Amino acid sequence: MHNLTYSEDERIIFTKEMKKTYKILIPNMLPTHFELLKNILNLEGFNCDLLNYENSKIVEEGLKYTNNDMCYPCLLVVGQFIYALKSGNYDVNKTALLITQTGGGCRASNYIYILRKALKKAGFFKVPVISLNLSNLEKNPGFKLNLKLIKKFISALIYGDLLMDLYNQTKPYEKIKGSSEELKKKWTEKLIMQYKTSTNFGKKIMTKNFNSIISDFSKIEIIKLKKVKVGIVGEIYVKYASNANNNIEDFLYNENTEVIVPGILNFIIFKVDNRIVDIELYGGNQFKKYIYIKFKRYLESLQQILINTMKKHKQFSVFESFEEIKKEVKPYISYGVKMGEGWLLTAEILELVKSGVKNIICVQPFGCLPNHIVGKGMIRKILSKHSDVNFAAIDYDPGATKVNQENRIKLILASARENLNKT
Amino acid sequence: MKDVNFKIGLDVGSTTIKCVVLKDEEIVFKCYERHKSLVVEKTIELLLKIEKILENKPFKIAITGSAGLGISKKANLEFIQEVYATKIASLKYFKDVDVIIELGGEDAKILFLTNGTEIRMNGSCAGGTGAFIDQMAALLKLSLKEFNEYALKHEKIYTIASRCGVFAKSDIQSLINQGAAKKDLAASIFQAVVNQTIVGLAQGREIKGKVMFLGGPLTFFEELRNRFKETLKLSEENFIFPKNSEFFVALGASIFSSHGTTFKTDFKSIIKKLKEKNEDNFKNSLPPLFKNEDEYKIFLKEHKKLDVKFEEIENYSGDAFLGIDAGSTTTKIVLITENYEILYYKYLSNNGEVLLIVLNSLKEVLTKIKDSGNKIKIKAAAVTGYGEDLIRNAFSVDFGLVETLAHLTAARFFVPEVDFVIDIGGQDIKCFKLKNKAIDSIFLNEACSSGCGSFLETFAKTLGFSISSFVEKGLFAKNPVDLGSRCTVFMNSSVKQAQKDGASLEDISAGLSISIVKNALYKVIRAKDKTKLGKNIVVQGGTFLNDAVLKAFEDELNLKVTRPSIAGLMGAFGCAIYAKENSLENSTILNLEDLTNFKYETNFTKCNHCQNKCNLTVHKFLNGKIYVSGNRCDYYNKGLVKNSNFNIVEFKYNLILNTPKKIKRTRKVGIPLVLNMYENLPFWASFFESLNFEVVLSDESNRKLYELGQASIPSDTACYPAKLVHGHIESLLKKDVEFIFYPSMTYNFNENISDNFYNCPLVAYYPEVIKSNIKTNKKIIIENIGLNNVNYFEKTAFKIFNKYFKVTKAEIKKAAKNAYYAHNKYKEKIINYAKNAIKFANENNKNIIVIADKPYHIDPEINHGVDKLIIANDCVLLTADAISFLTKEKVKTKILNQWSYHARIYTAAKFVAKFNNMNMLHLVSFGCGIDAITTDELRSILEENGKLYTYIKIDEINNLATVKLRIKSMLAAIEETKKLKTKKEHVYA
Repeated sequence: MHNLTYSEDERIIFTKEMKKTYKILIPNMLPTHFELLKNILNLEGFNCDLLNYENSKIVEEGLKYTNNDMCYPCLLVVGQFIYALKSGNYDVNKTALLITQTGGGCRASNYIYILRKALKKAGFFKVPVISLNLSNLEKNPGFKLNLKLIKKFISALIYGDLLMDLYNQTKPYEKIKGSSEELKKKWTEKLIMQYKTSTNFGKKIMTKNFNSIISDFSKIEIIKLKKVKVGIVGEIYVKYASNANNNIEDFLYNENTEVIVPGILNFIIFKVDNRIVDIELYGGNQFKKYIYIKFKRYLESLQQILINTMKKHKQFSVFESFEEIKKEVKPYISYGVKMGEGWLLTAEILELVKSGVKNIICVQPFGCLPNHIVGKGMIRKILSKHSDVNFAAIDYDPGATKVNQENRIKLILASARENLNKT
Repeated sequence: MKDVNFKIGLDVGSTTIKCVVLKDEEIVFKCYERHKSLVVEKTIELLLKIEKILENKPFKIAITGSAGLGISKKANLEFIQEVYATKIASLKYFKDVDVIIELGGEDAKILFLTNGTEIRMNGSCAGGTGAFIDQMAALLKLSLKEFNEYALKHEKIYTIASRCGVFAKSDIQSLINQGAAKKDLAASIFQAVVNQTIVGLAQGREIKGKVMFLGGPLTFFEELRNRFKETLKLSEENFIFPKNSEFFVALGASIFSSHGTTFKTDFKSIIKKLKEKNEDNFKNSLPPLFKNEDEYKIFLKEHKKLDVKFEEIENYSGDAFLGIDAGSTTTKIVLITENYEILYYKYLSNNGEVLLIVLNSLKEVLTKIKDSGNKIKIKAAAVTGYGEDLIRNAFSVDFGLVETLAHLTAARFFVPEVDFVIDIGGQDIKCFKLKNKAIDSIFLNEACSSGCGSFLETFAKTLGFSISSFVEKGLFAKNPVDLGSRCTVFMNSSVKQAQKDGASLEDISAGLSISIVKNALYKVIRAKDKTKLGKNIVVQGGTFLNDAVLKAFEDELNLKVTRPSIAGLMGAFGCAIYAKENSLENSTILNLEDLTNFKYETNFTKCNHCQNKCNLTVHKFLNGKIYVSGNRCDYYNKGLVKNSNFNIVEFKYNLILNTPKKIKRTRKVGIPLVLNMYENLPFWASFFESLNFEVVLSDESNRKLYELGQASIPSDTACYPAKLVHGHIESLLKKDVEFIFYPSMTYNFNENISDNFYNCPLVAYYPEVIKSNIKTNKKIIIENIGLNNVNYFEKTAFKIFNKYFKVTKAEIKKAAKNAYYAHNKYKEKIINYAKNAIKFANENNKNIIVIADKPYHIDPEINHGVDKLIIANDCVLLTADAISFLTKEKVKTKILNQWSYHARIYTAAKFVAKFNNMNMLHLVSFGCGIDAITTDELRSILEENGKLYTYIKIDEINNLATVKLRIKSMLAAIEETKKLKTKKEHVYA
């Protein structure tokens, strides 16, 4: 173990020396995306591991070390780390933890602090926690983001979104079981290789990759069937992480449906857009605003490339651009609503509805504060304008039983099947 | 084959199994039975019956219901979701129904069929189901049939929290203690179910048109139907209660089977599949409590050591001391000798008649003393518990003790070095930790985790066991099931899941014992480091008398603890010891003659003294004494507490109510008195008044106002203060105003005491919920506005308001100036009030209680009169905002300090910690997610500085008994600490 150095606010600093010898643990929220991110980090000289524990193992630790009224994702993140540290698989004197920090008025901004408190309570006084954020919070000399790395991350997230989307669109219809899974894997590996061998990961190569990925997926043999389509929206962690949502995607797939899960890029753009809106509404630094606008344009330009490439291939349904869904949501909720998933969650529901996905499941931690507003709070209005929408809000929590959740999902599916047969 | 067409619909619910067999269109067989968790067995039994009826004719079958999913999978039969089945059946028989409400054992469902089909089931945190009614009936000791009969005869309806079963139970418990009539309680429970259905299920959609009622509870409880009919204002023709309402779902399944499935002829193969054991079901099981009998024997031996001695009344002569513990559900009485031997004890259920029970027990003990020759003299008596004041007044008991002190005294008797005491009673869990012999922290369960002990009891009863025989079953369970620890509603539903998975009764019993322990450890005590609880732990309370619970507790802590054999009597025993230690020459307690003549009358009335409108129970005793219970303040028993008139909550509330100028103007703006408006009103009122508007406020909050808006609440797990907004907006919609103003405010004023100055998501964006959920033609101005930057405010305010009415930049500028002035003036008033209050407290040697609150906690409907309770204990009352306005200190925290209301709490806590005569009470609204962060941080700030942390969780709930207990425990602990501590400088200049 290295000598520990502390910041002014008494957190352990992740030093350059640690970078060489420490293992960094990351909770896996999205398998494809995070696999790419992990590899990008490892190429930078880090030694990262993704945590993929089952729910039943980590909940107990989470319950012990966090306030039980804290939201479920926080409990799961803390639970995973503590479970990992206790597992004996890691040298606790040479392990650091990485968590993303989004900031903002939702409780999620406090996860990192609660994690640190929990680590102390569990006796892990010497384990540094690294914050991954785009707000320049909590500096660590051993973990610095530069523009190049940020660009790499973003490219990985977009690849992740694309692979996830194509996989979801193909898997329910594939002729040979497992062919989409295999292709997704193949491309994940191929992309990792690219990151390894090439320093070039700009727009050109991305366009090329998009093309090849889409064209590869379009070659998977499918059986054309009419299937119920179900969209999943919600709090970001519960929406994506299978250990938080009782494997909802698998459950739906086994119920013979096509699952649509909106990607993560819009969430990133949304977070940048927030800052611009914030300055417009409440005043602020105009230079910062300019930088944010620049950054947002960059992200949108990448999104546009993806959309254009998808459209060219025609075979797949294509997500709308950020600006487009932002426009759609305007009559429903103000752009000022920025905490948690903010207006984006409402917008994602509308986008799904517009694209013909009329069955929507909104997943959230029990007692999720922003969701009272942007999820459950907006449903009445959405239903009043789209009476054909079939909606269920499902709460996730250590005490919520799977049988109750699945029964509610089954209810949605029963109506969905009836509607499908009508058309 | 065509002429015979049998269709079987099997509805396996959480508590019952229902079956319908159709021969073409005609019902040839139907059955409704409780399955008592023997899901598979009952299903097989039923199938065998049907097999006989069908006589080998071909049939079709479909399964439905929450427990049916497992059955259908196992037997490979067609499954249809139950709500969907309901829809199929009702569409076939009742084509013009608009809404269907179906209540089952666990689930509640609502189906809107016209104007856009919508189908909903209750969320995870909802009561309002048959299982809830079962539990409530058990609590009232009524059979289900009696329960309905009683309800039909009701005269009044009490407000009972309808959020969930746990909350409702807490309310009912307190009403029982107040002596409310069973008939009224039964009807009130039905009403709570109705309210929960409307808020939790309809979620903003109006229930109108023809409404059909289905399911077991609605079929069997006429009064429940009446409650719905009345609440929804349904006319006779719109109220549809079909024949076979309890079979409707099964009927739907049988209709469904005719299209969806193929003909079968063989019951044998279905039954065979059902009988197969599932192997993978026990993956969530816990280690057994005892591996074998031997282990249990050793355990029993170890716990035998600490026993009290007993002595017969006949054999003893000398002084004796009496202790009474009038608890929430049970009353305990102990009489001891000078040598602490027990002469007499009683452990009785209250059944809402504490007075009678104590009376009879006292008579009994005094008669025994008399019969054995009057050799015993009772020198002193002490009483504790919920009924302390009542019993003390009724029987002239010498001393009244706070529960914590009573329990501690008893614990010390057994283990003098005790440093941690945990008491799990029927309704409450109480724990306290000692440091240097003084109480260092107190842990009391909040409403959400209450009722664990009695849950075990009622659960055992519904299965037909006594609590002890039920719990005993778990001792040697091989695979105790993990039932979670959130609350009893969640546990109940976990039990259901376990039953569906085929867990045995033994495993469930053990699982429940473990869950209760976990609930106490992780939810109430929030123990993270179990070793830090203490070395000498004493456990007590009736629940711990069950060996399974005790063993679970020891296992979880990995520590041996002490359980006195009189664990259930500890409060009373402690009182008796206290009486002995503070012995008098003569006890004032009534003698046998007095007791024989003892008569009392109990009347119920409502207090109109202030807007809390407490439900009063007036006890008139024969000697002319009167004792009033149920009130928050001590107005009736002690007269108004005059010397301590500093109640900042009341002061602020009146300040806000009187903010709008009473000048009539033609242009009127409506402002809802909600959430952050409880603080921002001076700003906005002054702003609009400067622009020549008359400011019209929404009506003051009360239960009626809440009900006025409850139909449009989209999320029932939001906090009560937020849910109240709907009622306020409705009240404004009825007023003559040009528009309603309710701005969205992401940020607050920057008070420079935190890293950011956010509002919580609900305070910030609730206007958006209003916009989307309340239908009106009236204009509601919902705009994003920030107040922090004066210049920017002027700019944006002009942009915004110019859209709605004609206004110039100069006018806005002037209005803004006035508004900021008004806001500062408001803060100044609060600061001055606080200064005077502190001065008064110091000069008169009074305790100051600082409530860690949010602006909306000054609303009496939200705080339920907590302020009055504190004042009644002769304390000066301040709030966190006042202290933080005063000191403006930025506190270093271990969490991200970014919400401005919560930041004030930290700032105030730091200040409170400095002074001997100041203490803090954290007021938390149920559902306040941010307070999940604040709670732990505030506790550590206070405890690091040697202060007690006490918090009270409030909701729509009206039961103040636990709140009283908390405040009293806190004050008693403060007193004790004071005695022990060297005096610090406590005067704030």
